[in-house]
Amino acid sequence: MTAPLHFQSIAELSTKIAAGQLSAVELTQSIIARTKAIEPRVHAFNSFDEADALSQAAASDARRSAGQSAGLLDGIPVGLKDVIAVAGQPLTASSKMLANFVSPYDATVTQKLQRAGAVLHGRLNCDEFAMGSSTENSAFGPTSNPWDLTRTPGGSSGGSAAALAAGAAVATLGSDTGGSIRQPAALCGLVGLKPTYGLISRYGLIAYASSLDQIGPFARTVEDAAIMLGAIAGHDPRDSTSFKTAIPDYRAELKTRRGPWKLGIPKEYFGAGLDPEVGAAVEKAIAFYRSQGCEIREVSLPHTQYCLDTYYIIATAEASSNLARYDGIRYGHRTSSAKNLLDVYQKSRAEGFGDEVKRRIILGTYVLSSGYYDAYYLRAQKVRTLIRQDFLNAYREVDALITPTSPIPAFKIGEKSADPLAMYLCDIYTIGVNLAGLPALSLPCGFTQSGLPIGLQLIGQPFREADLLATAHAYEQVHGWNTQFPSL
Amino acid sequence: MSKTAELNIDRVAELSRLALTPEEKTRFSAQLGSILGHIEQLAKVDVTGIEPTAHAFPLNNVWAADLAQPGLGVSAALRNAPAQRDHMIVVPKVVD
Repeated sequence: MTAPLHFQSIAELSTKIAAGQLSAVELTQSIIARTKAIEPRVHAFNSFDEADALSQAAASDARRSAGQSAGLLDGIPVGLKDVIAVAGQPLTASSKMLANFVSPYDATVTQKLQRAGAVLHGRLNCDEFAMGSSTENSAFGPTSNPWDLTRTPGGSSGGSAAALAAGAAVATLGSDTGGSIRQPAALCGLVGLKPTYGLISRYGLIAYASSLDQIGPFARTVEDAAIMLGAIAGHDPRDSTSFKTAIPDYRAELKTRRGPWKLGIPKEYFGAGLDPEVGAAVEKAIAFYRSQGCEIREVSLPHTQYCLDTYYIIATAEASSNLARYDGIRYGHRTSSAKNLLDVYQKSRAEGFGDEVKRRIILGTYVLSSGYYDAYYLRAQKVRTLIRQDFLNAYREVDALITPTSPIPAFKIGEKSADPLAMYLCDIYTIGVNLAGLPALSLPCGFTQSGLPIGLQLIGQPFREADLLATAHAYEQVHGWNTQFPSL
Repeated sequence: MSKTAELNIDRVAELSRLALTPEEKTRFSAQLGSILGHIEQLAKVDVTGIEPTAHAFPLNNVWAADLAQPGLGVSAALRNAPAQRDHMIVVPKVVD
């Protein structure tokens, strides 16, 4: 049975569009209708521009009629996390601070998707300034998980995951600083890719922690993730941390790169705190790779236990610096009760930021403050070196690592929101990857007995996304997890 | 002495330019205390002789050609300003 249009992949839809069986306008209308039907229950979007989306779709159809199609993404509705700039559209970071902000320019990834012909139809909810693991920290209210509306979709890119899982987009972009693409992908039954640090330009991405942030795609299939990655990857002179590296045809490479691979199982990722159903699903995936002739080796990443602390020092330190720009002067919220300039800063920030952002700014300011810098920030940067070395040592023995993405499946809205530390522990298997700058993806590997998706994380080597995607593709080809859809 | 006692919330809030309410100060102090308690374990790692990592892939001396490029126009640049007059951003008096 064919899935409804709104649950089909880029690969399927682009074939129909190319064959003249479907127009970009028809597809966009279908996604708009689906969005209107689910949005009151899911709340994935912060803003949605129907007229603009239909005009982009009409332009796509006109290109195709003129024989000038831009390729697979031409006419495909793609949603962006509301931290990625689109000129003339709202850009809020799900914060009261930027509630009325309209972006004056495009992010580089926005321009790249526009050049590829994608229909950018809406901006997706997230934790405020991408700080969180549940999308509950949005100033505009939480997003629900389409698989169970009483549960969170994960975060911080929860809107990007929920919109795709619910059929309100064909693909989406998120950003991943400590797991913010992979964890919601796992909790919503999607493929989510965090590329190597430097592969994707961060120009036009609202900064949270600049040495960790990376933009990446959510997709229904590994093939779609490869298509999206190919569209957004590449060096950009406007981001001085972007890397000059050749960009392969990731989709074509799925067919040419075959195993068997040597896969490492980091023993530290299978300890206390791992939900038994998640653990069992990941073990089954490992057994699958073994059955395909892959050599499976236990490896050790001995500094894993220090990842969380290292991350929360480095990320909050960088955040406290990045968010200093929100001072109520040039843009963003300005208090109406200020008596002097200091008042403008202090009250505008107090009124504009939510609790989690305030906590992280305070923690980051503290670890950078005089007398504590060496004990916290400098030490964390040194431990970061050791964490990175752990991964590079493992890659002397194996091609990639397999772990769970999240220790638990989707949790209830409100379950962890009062306890920041419990929320931080959701990221325990994903943050090491950001500290080491590596590529990693989450891919569906089963469901719990109660019907919640489970994600498998594959961690690859720097700038070797083509191998990582091929490894995931080999699993996906014989497992039909992504042919199941939430019933809403 | 625990780090909880060391985090002077008034001082850090001032450095952060955040006007916190008394309730926020109490709540954040407790929450940050438990996070700092967790972070304490980093002190156990032997980092002797280890170089710090600021970026996973250090890129040094990234140069750009010194060319004039079109930038944002005045109206685009001021579009999001909370208060403006005569192409300038209005702020409270800085010098008395």
